[in-house]
Amino acid sequence: MLLIPCPWCGPRDEAEFHYGGQAHIAYPDNPAALSDEEWARYLFFRDNPKGPFAERWSHTAGCRRWFNVVRDTATNEIHAVYRVGEPRPVTA
Amino acid sequence: MSGQPYRREGATGKTLRFRFDGRDYEGLEGDTLASALLANGVRAVASSIKLGRPRGVYAAGCEEPNALVQIEEPFPEPMLTATTVELYDGLVATGLPGQGRLADRPDPARYDAVHAHCDVLVVGAGPAGIAAAGVAARAGARVILADERPAPGGSLLGTTETLDGRPGHEWAAAEVAALEALPEVRVLRRTSVIGHYDDNYVIAVERRTNHLGAAAPAHVARERVWRIRAKRVVLATGGHERFVAFAGNDLPGVMLAGAARTYVNHYRVLPGRRAVVFTTNDSAYAAALDLADAGVEIAAIADVRQAPGETWAARCAERGIELLTGHVVTAALGEGEVSSVRVAPRGDGQAREIPADLLLVSGGWTPVVHLFSQAGGTLRYDEGLGAFVPGEIRQAVEAAGFARGVTTLRGCLEDGAQAGRRALAAAGFAVPSETSVPAAEEEPAAAPAEHLWLVEAPGDDDYGAHFVDLQRDVTVADVLRAVGAGLSSVEHVKRYTTAGTAHDQGKTSGLLTSAVVAHALGVDVGELGTTTFRAPYTPVSFAALAGRDRGHLHDPIRVTAMHEWHVAHGARFENVGQWKRPWYYPRPGEDMEAAVLRECRAAREDVAAMDASTLGKIDVVGPDAAVFLDRLYTNMMSTLKVGSIRYGVMCRADGMVFDDGTVIRLADDRFLVTTTTGNAAAVLDWMEEWLQTEWPDLRVSCTSVTEQWATVALVGPRSREVLARLAPGLAVDNDSFPFMTWREAEVAGIPARICRISFSGELAYEINVSSWYGLALWEAVMASGEVTPYGTETMHVLRAEKGYPIVGQDTDGTVTPQDLGMEWIVSKKKADFIGKRSFARADTSRPDRKQLVGLLPEDPGVLLPEGAHLVETSSLPEPPVPTLGFVTSSYRSAALGRTFALALVSRGRERIGERLYAPVGAELVPVTVTSHVLYDPEGARRDG
Amino acid sequence: MADSAAERRSPAAAYAARFEAASAGGGLRLAEIPFLTQVDLRVDPKSPAAERIGTAIGVPLPVEPGTVASGGDLEVLWLGPDEWLVLGPDGAAPDLVARIAEAAGGEHVSVVDVSAQRTTLAVAGERARDVLAHGCALDLHPRVFGPGRCAQTMLARANVILVAGEDDVRVLVRSSFAGYLAEWLLDASVEYVAGG
Repeated sequence: MLLIPCPWCGPRDEAEFHYGGQAHIAYPDNPAALSDEEWARYLFFRDNPKGPFAERWSHTAGCRRWFNVVRDTATNEIHAVYRVGEPRPVTA
Repeated sequence: MSGQPYRREGATGKTLRFRFDGRDYEGLEGDTLASALLANGVRAVASSIKLGRPRGVYAAGCEEPNALVQIEEPFPEPMLTATTVELYDGLVATGLPGQGRLADRPDPARYDAVHAHCDVLVVGAGPAGIAAAGVAARAGARVILADERPAPGGSLLGTTETLDGRPGHEWAAAEVAALEALPEVRVLRRTSVIGHYDDNYVIAVERRTNHLGAAAPAHVARERVWRIRAKRVVLATGGHERFVAFAGNDLPGVMLAGAARTYVNHYRVLPGRRAVVFTTNDSAYAAALDLADAGVEIAAIADVRQAPGETWAARCAERGIELLTGHVVTAALGEGEVSSVRVAPRGDGQAREIPADLLLVSGGWTPVVHLFSQAGGTLRYDEGLGAFVPGEIRQAVEAAGFARGVTTLRGCLEDGAQAGRRALAAAGFAVPSETSVPAAEEEPAAAPAEHLWLVEAPGDDDYGAHFVDLQRDVTVADVLRAVGAGLSSVEHVKRYTTAGTAHDQGKTSGLLTSAVVAHALGVDVGELGTTTFRAPYTPVSFAALAGRDRGHLHDPIRVTAMHEWHVAHGARFENVGQWKRPWYYPRPGEDMEAAVLRECRAAREDVAAMDASTLGKIDVVGPDAAVFLDRLYTNMMSTLKVGSIRYGVMCRADGMVFDDGTVIRLADDRFLVTTTTGNAAAVLDWMEEWLQTEWPDLRVSCTSVTEQWATVALVGPRSREVLARLAPGLAVDNDSFPFMTWREAEVAGIPARICRISFSGELAYEINVSSWYGLALWEAVMASGEVTPYGTETMHVLRAEKGYPIVGQDTDGTVTPQDLGMEWIVSKKKADFIGKRSFARADTSRPDRKQLVGLLPEDPGVLLPEGAHLVETSSLPEPPVPTLGFVTSSYRSAALGRTFALALVSRGRERIGERLYAPVGAELVPVTVTSHVLYDPEGARRDG
Repeated sequence: MADSAAERRSPAAAYAARFEAASAGGGLRLAEIPFLTQVDLRVDPKSPAAERIGTAIGVPLPVEPGTVASGGDLEVLWLGPDEWLVLGPDGAAPDLVARIAEAAGGEHVSVVDVSAQRTTLAVAGERARDVLAHGCALDLHPRVFGPGRCAQTMLARANVILVAGEDDVRVLVRSSFAGYLAEWLLDASVEYVAGG
């Protein structure tokens, strides 16, 4: 059970959160202008690194805010937590 | 004491009566079942799982591999180790052949769980653990000290060592009592820490009343799961002694030397009368001497080394104990139990058979690194110890005392205190300038151990009785066979032989197994490594894991404000997510089919009402609310007029239907959105996700009001007249209150919002009131007796007759609005909405997509099972059978006078009029494909 | 709505007698506090409207996560960076909603009466925090979660808002979950009640 530091509520059990997949995947400005392949990449393609990964979480059982986490997928170490709209911080 | 022939003189305590394998015995308070059996001279306690060999008590704690028992009374509990079952009056138990039997009656005991938080969690109340906890606790930290045994002391319980001049176990008891008196300290006795997870989330199981037997108070939870979040963890988990592989090392009478010492000192029991000791290290000497001093004849000590520590040799000489250095035990001999021991010099030399009823073995000690490893720590092989010890760890965890390889009592105390100081500093407390530990006796200088794992057998021996895993009956022969088959990883050998997979998880045997594999491969055990340590450290009952989440508390039961009425009026309930919804209301003598047909008729021909309160409801407020809903729904919402209502469908970005419901415009900047019952939370999350992550510029806020409102659906051609009577202030005629509009009025004296919407095709109203008044409204609707209450089954039939899909029943995340025959709800005007781009993908315009259609079985009495597949041919071809689709909904219709179904069928709309077949059991049921709208397709009935 | 002729019924009304029986020992007191006013407020905390609303209701909106501000007979709970729950006595909702809407002054503010969305279960007495710890993963130690603190979290398997007092914690629970949570609280209390 991870202890995830919600940027608003502080550290809470993982069970209070929903996972939102890879962060920084923006909804395309003009979907109609995209090729089928580009649209399919937006819909279905995500990174799956071993190591630090920027991902989205929502504190659904708490303040209901979405935020971003840089988590090492191999060790579960959380390197950074930052709010939506903020750039991904530089982490070790 | 005549009834306990192996009990030491002078042992005191209350006598307890128990029964084992059908015989009555007596033991003493403080005994375990194992010590009581030993006191009574019971040697064979259980039999082994594969070979059926007799097995006796081997250890004195949770590491016990042999003595598996089942408690029969007061309540059946299988697969316990006799060494951890505390004796109580009236205990009835039997020895097990490797596996037990579950109780066949419900467990009457209570079980629970609790969350706890601390600055420092110390696992293990031995010398190191107590020292660590003492330092942290006295500085004011919140400390939890957990230990699996009834009393603190750990290794001190089994020895005669002194601290500050008094017996070590007395020091431990006094020190722990003093710590426990501090306000922020919690001592958990009889508590096994079984799992160590991310971010120092630690699970422990406390056995609270198990040891009281039938006297356990019913209101106290029998076992409790502790969910501990610790800022820092000190693992003072000590060590387990291991044995050596030689012939017959499983015979009753063979026992770990440290365990024998514990039986003599702590339990006041003699595990035998005449013992041979076989050791690779100094630790067994202390055991041998304690046994000798208690009156056990030590026939000989076979030490694999050329010399033990000098002090030990001298002490043996003082007592006249024969010391055979450079010797090994080649076999334990006897029929059913040890009667003699064969000892031989290493290399060449004459073997001797020494009569003995007890063979003490020490192959060295292995630090208990399970939790450290579970927590993500690495292990490294320590040559001196001949075992793996903790290495690096990322978490705020450290091992202390023997758990990290410190071998002396004085060293463990000092190590624990240092760990306590580091924990304090890490948790942000001031570290005291000095910490003191109790004074321990001078310990004899130790001679190095020699790590002997396997006693070579004569050439004709197949190693078939050299056990490496007693509980799994795995022998050296099995390991050699595995290696011979080409397996070179200890993980593979584990799976091939099952070594280490038993209920003891190889606590005494894991390293031995690795060492024998290494020996067979000709590599170093440190190089080969260990198998992975996983939770739980010791077995846990399912009841403890379930806690109070069982029966009516297994999962939340959500109910509406009207629930009590439904119960009182005999409703049968259906689970919809966590909701209990009335399914149908049978009258006396009615089965479900009769009740539903009657309820359907009432709704189509008369007037009926349903509790619709479970629908999700969300207030969407803000100047950009209309823009937001336009992006969310496939159809246009911004053109909706205040006072009006529109049905809408939401898709995911992939174009698949996600939810549907109505949108009510309350004001220019205020909408009330309804969702399906099961998706209320998901839709709100969906809205927040888009608003927060993609469209933060939109000035919109969403608030759940699902339970603010109770809703009664009033349905049927006579619904207007019933509403008119309940709401005299409301103009209900069709012009004043047209379809898809809402009004505010008092209904039965209650302020209400009434929506003219219909999920049945009939004239219908949904009356919304504050949920505080939900019951009052429902009772008012029912008061005249003319309104038939109906449940979800009737609701489903009515909507299916009209071809209205239910999201999640007729859709499964692979269905577009177009597949449902709802092209009309997909806006062509809007530049974009979620899902729009996907409708231009090749996949969503494939001509062979499954489409929603109706099915009429050719026999109008045949009800198709939901989920039934559909095929083209009247007989099944050879598999794989191509399937065209499947039935999603299937009912008996009062209005149609027959059965019907909805189905998703490939090219379904092209097939209208075709005959297909549904394989049901051995039969192929012929059906005709029709439009999915089977009742009132022209919509003539909605205005009454 | 309070003056309606029809009878109101609170979500945990059926548990009144069992709550009372469980409270007899004194170490623990369970009760439903029905029909309290609850108004959900969404507004940008940096906007002039937020300040005007604070003035209008007499309680500045707390901006520190997990805190409660109070004044008069109102309490304002921080629920999120732009969301608060205003608690008041029975019947105060219509006036409160009107005052907030007026103070909004045309800025984007969402104010929704959610008084019937949740009910309030009071868990009081020296064992209150012990009982809640059976189902709540938060650290409820009075040093961490004392008066002036609130939290949205899980209690057993229900979403709740907890409001800390000296020796009591109020549990705001969705109405449909009230029966489940009442049963859970009664079950979790057995050891503390029967054991004295």
